[in-house]
Amino acid sequence: MKSIILKTASNYLLPLLLLFAVFILFRGHYKPGGGFVGGLIASIAFVLHAFANGLQSTRKLLRYPPGAFIPTGLAISLLSGLAPMFAGKPFMSAEWLSIHIPIIGLLGTPLFFDIGVFFVVIGIALTILFTISETIL
Amino acid sequence: MELLLLILIGILYATGIFMMLRRSMVKLLIGLILLGNGANMLIFLLGGITRGKPPIIGETDKVLTGVYADPVPQSLILTAIVISFGLQAFAIVLLKRVHALIQTDDLNDLNTPDTSI
Amino acid sequence: MTDRYLILPIIGHMFTAVLLIFFWRKVNTQRIISVLGSLAVMGLSVGLFIKTYRAGYLTMQAGNWQAPFGITFVADVFSSTMILLTGFTGLAVCVYSTVGISRQRIQYGFFPIFHFLLLGLNGAFLAGDIFNLYVWFEVIIISSFVLMTLGGRKPQVEGGIKYVTLNLLASVMFLTAIAILYGLTGSLNMADLSLKMSAIPNKGLVEITGLLFFIGFGIKSAVFPLYFWLPSSYHTPPSAIAAIFGGLLTKVGIYALIRVYTLIFVPDPFTKQVFLVIASLTLLTGAFGALTKRNMRMMFSYLIVCHIGFLLGGIGMYTRLALAGTVFYLVHDIIVKTNLFLVSGLIYKIRGTMNMDELGGMYEDYPRLSLLFSVVFFSLVGIPPLSGFWPKIYLFRETFTTGAWYLLAAMIIASLVTLYVMAKMWGDVFWKKGQEMENKLTDDFSGMNWKKRGMLITPVVFLAVLSLYIGFFAQRINVLSERIANDLLHPEPYIQAVLGADAVKTPQSE
Repeated sequence: MKSIILKTASNYLLPLLLLFAVFILFRGHYKPGGGFVGGLIASIAFVLHAFANGLQSTRKLLRYPPGAFIPTGLAISLLSGLAPMFAGKPFMSAEWLSIHIPIIGLLGTPLFFDIGVFFVVIGIALTILFTISETIL
Repeated sequence: MELLLLILIGILYATGIFMMLRRSMVKLLIGLILLGNGANMLIFLLGGITRGKPPIIGETDKVLTGVYADPVPQSLILTAIVISFGLQAFAIVLLKRVHALIQTDDLNDLNTPDTSI
Repeated sequence: MTDRYLILPIIGHMFTAVLLIFFWRKVNTQRIISVLGSLAVMGLSVGLFIKTYRAGYLTMQAGNWQAPFGITFVADVFSSTMILLTGFTGLAVCVYSTVGISRQRIQYGFFPIFHFLLLGLNGAFLAGDIFNLYVWFEVIIISSFVLMTLGGRKPQVEGGIKYVTLNLLASVMFLTAIAILYGLTGSLNMADLSLKMSAIPNKGLVEITGLLFFIGFGIKSAVFPLYFWLPSSYHTPPSAIAAIFGGLLTKVGIYALIRVYTLIFVPDPFTKQVFLVIASLTLLTGAFGALTKRNMRMMFSYLIVCHIGFLLGGIGMYTRLALAGTVFYLVHDIIVKTNLFLVSGLIYKIRGTMNMDELGGMYEDYPRLSLLFSVVFFSLVGIPPLSGFWPKIYLFRETFTTGAWYLLAAMIIASLVTLYVMAKMWGDVFWKKGQEMENKLTDDFSGMNWKKRGMLITPVVFLAVLSLYIGFFAQRINVLSERIANDLLHPEPYIQAVLGADAVKTPQSE
């Protein structure tokens, strides 16, 4: 799509949307939000960028192929699920540290699980969309 | 509300099955999507509908009080939606691939594996 | 007894799969990691089996949320036996596919998906929650879709469409049944459902829900009117993939059916009748389908359908010994069907075709391999004392006590037809003189070095030894399967293990 308005807007929207995605990610667990929604918003940001500037420039922006986000996210989620097992709790128990960090809130395994989900969703959504749009264009 | 949803679910299942029975591959896919949505609506309906009371604990409270919507059907539907999202994406790519290979949308022509002896 | 380590067979595969994705393009590294991962999971499965066999029931509440609300994982003797079998066949197929799957397919991500498939299978066996079971089923089918169509040759994707469509339909049926079940009881935990189902006054609705589950699992396990997807898709992917599909994928449907129909629903005479009739028809259609095919792997696909009938017939009779027979048959069938497809893959590697008219002279060229293959073929047929014989004793005997004569007739016909097609196949492929086709057929096998050959033959030997063990030490499997059948018919300890010791008292005092 060659639209100057979209192109200009997407440059400003990309960081904003990514910031919003991270906000939604950290807002999750006790309030509506979380890794899945955050991941979707982040991938929308990249898709919008791809619409305006073409697929190639988005790929360059991402540096790694979108598929590489999937194992990273899976590994983070898996480890966050495994961590309580070392403390003698069942798989995927919610373990919280007592430290309170200003923006993020409480630190605990559910947060890391959500971060993992966040990356998996970005990876999968972008892989699907890029694959389909590459075969169409 | 229940009656309306009931009719909607009936329509979704009926159209879904009808579309699946057509010979076109794209219609088959649409049928599958409609059926999946019908099943999700069914979970939503059978889980019991409570209007305007989300199961979110307030800022000052410790537990939920009063009447609130059952969160389980919603999480089930969310899971089912995510799963069907992945499956449909796969099915679309598969159909595109088949179409590129055999140049037709007609399911009746998909008999290479059956006739290979 | 709670045991937080029972989830390890799932985690092991997940860990391997994630590790494998990190080495996406490195084929050799993937091969090594995959074999090591399968080996580790097999060890874990053996450990779990021994532990469960001693303790009876192990439970784990994921995320430490207590039973009727959280997601429960339960290992009883039945599920840990299935996990053990998955571990054995998974390892065998994994070793086989290091050579049997082409380099290109590995680069498309064969190994990670393979481990995701096994992860889904192990999850389905351990799930103690009906929606969790649905999720594991979805993990299984999405991985199987990818494996089915990986590589994307024409017959493969065409068979894939049928496979995908019918399996998606089965999932929708399953989901519909879960929705109604949740509407009826407000619970998803299988132990909790077991208690709540008996209190529902509307028996008709309960029965319809049960039959919806039956349709859903029936499509997946390829019973009579719903089996068409199987013979038109299972012969299209490479034989390593077909082996894991033929050995485990239809059986997980049967496993779920047994679980649901012993724990949640209890079949009444009408449902039993339905099961018996469908089992008989499955036996007959599968057998006659196998008779008509000249393509070896297509014939084997029909035999899968045919032998599902034995399993379903055992569930339909619903006595202790019939269920024991079903479980024994399941144990035998998983090992032998997997091996059968591996053997067909080896024959394809040697001769380059699956058409029995073109094959021939195998015994002349490879006498020792042929002898190995004969163990597999005749275990399948059930020639005593090989493994297929023993479960049939149970099943045949129970048809007398329950008076299901038509099932007995169908079982005898199916056994005879199996014997006939296997004998004919043996005659065609192994004893018939190899004709003038040397010039047009490729022989991958003789060009391989001993290492590659070993990778292909060892899994077949491994599984053949297992099936010989089942045959010659049938007494042990007898004890095991009778114990499982006993557990299945008396679910109270299962419920107590999940919900706590005082959960069962209320219905008993009524």
